[in-house]
Amino acid sequence: MDKTYKRPDAIMPIPSGFCPGCLHATAIKLIAEVVGELGQNDNALHVLPVGCSALNLLYWKGDMIGAAHGRAPAVATGIKRCRPERLVFAYQGDGDLAAIGLAEIIAAAARGEKFTVIFANNSTYGMTGGQMAPTTLIGQKSTTSVYGRDVADTGYPMKMCELISTLEAPVYVARFALNTPKGINSAKKGIKKAFELQLAGAGFTFVELLTNCPTNWRLSPLGSLDYMESNTVPYFKPGVYKEAV
Amino acid sequence: MSVFMKGNEAIAEAAVRAGCRFFAGYPITPQNEIPEYLSWRLPEAGGTFIQGESEVASINMVYGAAAMGVRAMTSSSGPGISLKSEGISYMSSTKLPALIVNISRGGPGLGSIQPAQSDYLQATKALGHGGFRMMAFAPASVQEAADLAYISFDYAERDRNPVLLIADGCLGAIMEKIELPPMKETDEEATKKWSLSRQPGEKRAARALTPIYPELLLENENKMRGVLTKQWEANDVMVEEFLLEDAEYVAVAYGIAARVVKEAVLALRAEGHKIGAIRPITLFPFPKNSLRNLDYGRVKGIIDIEMALPAQMRDDIELEVRGRAPVHEYGRSGGILLDDEGVYTAVRKIIENSQLSTLN
Repeated sequence: MDKTYKRPDAIMPIPSGFCPGCLHATAIKLIAEVVGELGQNDNALHVLPVGCSALNLLYWKGDMIGAAHGRAPAVATGIKRCRPERLVFAYQGDGDLAAIGLAEIIAAAARGEKFTVIFANNSTYGMTGGQMAPTTLIGQKSTTSVYGRDVADTGYPMKMCELISTLEAPVYVARFALNTPKGINSAKKGIKKAFELQLAGAGFTFVELLTNCPTNWRLSPLGSLDYMESNTVPYFKPGVYKEAV
Repeated sequence: MSVFMKGNEAIAEAAVRAGCRFFAGYPITPQNEIPEYLSWRLPEAGGTFIQGESEVASINMVYGAAAMGVRAMTSSSGPGISLKSEGISYMSSTKLPALIVNISRGGPGLGSIQPAQSDYLQATKALGHGGFRMMAFAPASVQEAADLAYISFDYAERDRNPVLLIADGCLGAIMEKIELPPMKETDEEATKKWSLSRQPGEKRAARALTPIYPELLLENENKMRGVLTKQWEANDVMVEEFLLEDAEYVAVAYGIAARVVKEAVLALRAEGHKIGAIRPITLFPFPKNSLRNLDYGRVKGIIDIEMALPAQMRDDIELEVRGRAPVHEYGRSGGILLDDEGVYTAVRKIIENSQLSTLN
C-alpha cells in the first residue's frame, strides 16, 4: 500500500506544542509541505520572529535564525543579499509584523527584497497572553481592551495586504484564511507560488494567513473557526492583492 | 601605499581591505562619509551596501549578513548607536562577529553634531541590554583608526563577538597622510564552523542561530562571557604610556583628547613640571595595570581629561588608583573640542594648587 499522506520531512517528528486547535501548526505544516515539494529542505532558511510563531525553533528541521521582535525582514535582507541562492522566508505574527516591525516590513517590501514573508494574523499577541494587536478586530476583547477594541481610542485594524500591495516592488501579495479546508488548500497554493517566484528571483513575496487563537480568544477550537468566518474573514478579505505578470 | 585621507573614509577603506563585504547603515552626522564611501566602494569590491530604513533595521541586516559568514559592519553616532543597541545585544547573544563604528558627537539626546567623547560609558559598560561586553578600540589618529578597523574583524571572529571602534567626530573629519593595509578576502573556510551559509549542493546538518536559550545553557554562555573578559584583560590591552618614567603627575586621555593632552604635557615639561600621560587605546579592556602599577610614592596626582562632562572614564581610573593619589578632572562637553591653551592652563592650575596644598 502506498503512503499518500505523511508528516513533511522539514518538520521534526515530535508532538506540536501549540495550543489545541491553533492554526500556527497548520500554517507551518503547509510551509513544510511546499518546501519539501520544491526540493528545498536543505536550501530553505527560516527567519524566526518573536511570539508564538518562534516555537518553530522546536519543530523546524532545517537552518534557522532567530530575529529580534519585528526585525525579521531586516535580518532576511542581510541573509538574502549575501546568499541569494537560499530560499529565505520569515514567518511573522501580527504584533511582530504590523506593530513593532512595521518599518522593517514596509521598507523590505518597498526595496523589493527577494525573499518571502509569511504573515500569520490571529488578531492578538498570543505568547504574551492576549493583548490587543494592531489587527485586533473592532469590538474584539483582549487583555488590554477589556471592553472590546474601541476605534475612537485605538483606531482601526491594520490591513497589511492592502498596504503592501500599494507598493511598486512586491511581485506577489495574497491573503488566505485557514479556517476551512478550502482556505487551507488555497493557502498552500499561494505559499508555493510565492516560493516559486522567489526561487526564480522575481522579487518580494508576501502571504498573509488568517489564523486563530482559541486560548486568548477564550473560545473552543471550533468556536474560534466560526468566529473567524463571521468576523475575521469579512474584515480581512482573502484574495490575491497583487500579482506581477 | 601612502594616501591623504579623511578619518571616516580611512575607516571605510580599511574595513574593505580587511575583507568586509557588507555594510548597512543610516545617515547621521558626523559619520556620513563612511556610508557614502562604502555605497560605491563595496559594490566595486564585490560586496553589498544597503542604506537601511533605520539604525535598528541596519544592525539587524548586519546580523543577517554576519550569520552568512560574511565580514560585516555598520557605523553611526551616539543617537544611532542607542538604536543599534538592540541588534548589538542579539549579535553578542548569537555570537556573531561584526564591526560597529561610533563616530561620536555631543549628547545626551540629539545633543550636538560636533565632536565629543560622551559615549564612553555606553561603549565600555553596556552597549545593549543583558550584560554582555565588547572590545572597544579608541584611535587617536587617522592611521590608527584605519589600523584598528583593519584588525577589529580578526578580534570579532576570534571571540565570536562584535567589536566597537569609537572615535569622535573630529577624527572622522580630519585628513591625514596614512599607509593603507593590504587587501584581503573574508576567510570563508574559517567562518564555516558557525555560519548558516550553505553552498549549493553542500551536505551538512541543519543549524540554528537563536538569541533565546534554556536557562542553564544561558547561564553557561554568560559564564563564558566572563572568561572572555578576563582573557581580554590578560592579552589584549592596548595602551600608550607617554613620559611616565619620572612623572609626578599623570594625565589620562584617549582619542583626539590625548593628542591635545600630549601637547600640554610637552609644554609643561619645558617649564620643568614632571608630567606624563596614559592613553588607553582599548577603552575595554581598560589598561588597568598602567594606572595600578604607578609608583604612588612619587605620583602626586592623576588628571582625567575628556571631552565629556561629567567625566565618564573617571570611575575606571579611580578603581585602579584606589585612593593612593587624588584624581582631578578637566574636560569640555557639548561638542566643544579641547584646545592646547585650555588644557595647558587647566593642568598647570591643578599642579600648582596641588603643590600649594602640599606646602600648607
